[in-house]
Amino acid sequence: MNPRRTFLILIPYLWLLALFLVPFGIVFKISLSDTALAIPPYLPTLDLSTGWAGFREFLSELDFENYVWLTEDDLYWKAYLSSLQIAVFSTVLTLLVGFPIAYGMANAPDQWRPTLMMLVILPFWTSFLIRVYAWMGILSTEGFLNQFLLWTGIIAEPLTILNTNTAVYIGIVYTYLPFMILPIYATLEKLDASLLEAAEDLGCSRTSAFWLVTIPLSRPGVIAGCFLVFIPALGEFVIPSLLGGSGTLMIGKVLWEEFFSNRDWPVASAVAVVLLLLLIVPIILFQKHQEKQQEAEQ
Amino acid sequence: MRRITWFNAVSLTLGFAFLYIPMLILIIFSFNSSKLVTVWAGFSTKWYGELIRNEAFLDAAWVTLKVAVLSSTAATVLGTMAAYVMVRGGRFFGRTLFSGMIYAPLVMPEVITGLSLLLLFISIGLDRGVLTIVLAHATFSMCYVSVVVSSRLVSFDRSVEEAALDLGCTPFEAFRLVTLPIILPAVISGWLLAFTLSLDDLVIASFTAGPSSTTLPIKIFSSVRLGVSPEINALSTIMIAIVTVGVIATSLLSKQAIARQQREEREAAQA
Repeated sequence: MNPRRTFLILIPYLWLLALFLVPFGIVFKISLSDTALAIPPYLPTLDLSTGWAGFREFLSELDFENYVWLTEDDLYWKAYLSSLQIAVFSTVLTLLVGFPIAYGMANAPDQWRPTLMMLVILPFWTSFLIRVYAWMGILSTEGFLNQFLLWTGIIAEPLTILNTNTAVYIGIVYTYLPFMILPIYATLEKLDASLLEAAEDLGCSRTSAFWLVTIPLSRPGVIAGCFLVFIPALGEFVIPSLLGGSGTLMIGKVLWEEFFSNRDWPVASAVAVVLLLLLIVPIILFQKHQEKQQEAEQ
Repeated sequence: MRRITWFNAVSLTLGFAFLYIPMLILIIFSFNSSKLVTVWAGFSTKWYGELIRNEAFLDAAWVTLKVAVLSSTAATVLGTMAAYVMVRGGRFFGRTLFSGMIYAPLVMPEVITGLSLLLLFISIGLDRGVLTIVLAHATFSMCYVSVVVSSRLVSFDRSVEEAALDLGCTPFEAFRLVTLPIILPAVISGWLLAFTLSLDDLVIASFTAGPSSTTLPIKIFSSVRLGVSPEINALSTIMIAIVTVGVIATSLLSKQAIARQQREEREAAQA
């Protein structure tokens, strides 16, 4: 094999091994360790100077205690379930908001489309943190939304929205909306208009042509968009901690607090491993879906 | 023939209103003279003045910029190499693992990436600071760069590369003189993407930063946790302005570049 090629392969390969795969091994190892009052705060630590016997002793001290702990304390169960529920519900909401926008874009006059595209992409380049922060001022009790609703007379008392799950839903829909719009727009834009004409010629009304032709053909985009919203929403940390309240349980937030506030590294690592297991199924499904799409396009 | 129906007009108007009104409100209230962010008390630019005098924010901005430039440059080099290996590398030992490691960080929750990198840095005894954030950011953004660059590598005509090799170029010269100029727009957008990802990142930076290397998102997050403040609104407005100018400028430039390329191709075809 030519040495230059080997060199070219080795650099990114070793980089990813050292900074992506090995760290996961470490997380897994620490999740099997015990919490201790030490620096670093877990036991056992691997001491290579003791040789093979030391390594065996090290292995024998690892156990699944932290995972048992996760199943026994219902905080973690509740956090996993409520993360799932929040992620599913906000994905559906994002789809309901995003589809009409993507549809409108795909049917807009040709000369508008580059501008509309740019208007969808622009928020994506803007800081995520700022976009979440913008809603804190809107949703608070004396916030813009309440002032507006009080002024119109729709409500008589200010609503409590900030620090509830509703605010978390709004935050997720708002920040992940471009991820939903773009793949759906991409499939709708390629949709052959003559299929719709054919459906109408064959006696479909415009509405039923939409349901029978447009919706089924947009499925690949809808599926891609849903995965792109669901996967990051499940492990979300910023949105629940800024917009959610003390009652908002999401696993990303639990992991953060376990690590930074409780300084319990082994439990935080175990929470991370379980979150990863929870995500592996949707990630593999998404990969399969993308591969199928690519094959279909070729 | 596409026509704009009332349904499309309504959904586009409401959709873009939803996307933009929160940011507009944020910008408007950065010019509010009252300390209360939600009550309008008259126009003032005093929060911008306060912001410029706030050393902590300036330091954090400097750290963030340094991290972003270094990490996105490293990510661009590594990501371009990774893309080249994936598209042109042929078969090699562990190729499946390699492609898995390139795609996995794209979907990995940030809390897990951050935690795992922190535990790595601690176990090898690397002190947390600018270097550790740069390493962390370069790792996850190289994957984004490689996706962007490989889509360009897949779509271009390989025969020009082969022609260069036939005409006596070494593989490296062929890459530098033929491949690189063709994929350059993708490499540049990869760099920009990596740069913005790094500027934006809160979670991974929080895990990998040390006490002396607070980045702007970490600083914003810790002050925002206590509630809204007009200074943060002013800072957000500046950041939104920079991004808007940047995105519009790059899209105009790339439009010009595409037009020039098409003209050159037409002229070459006529000649």
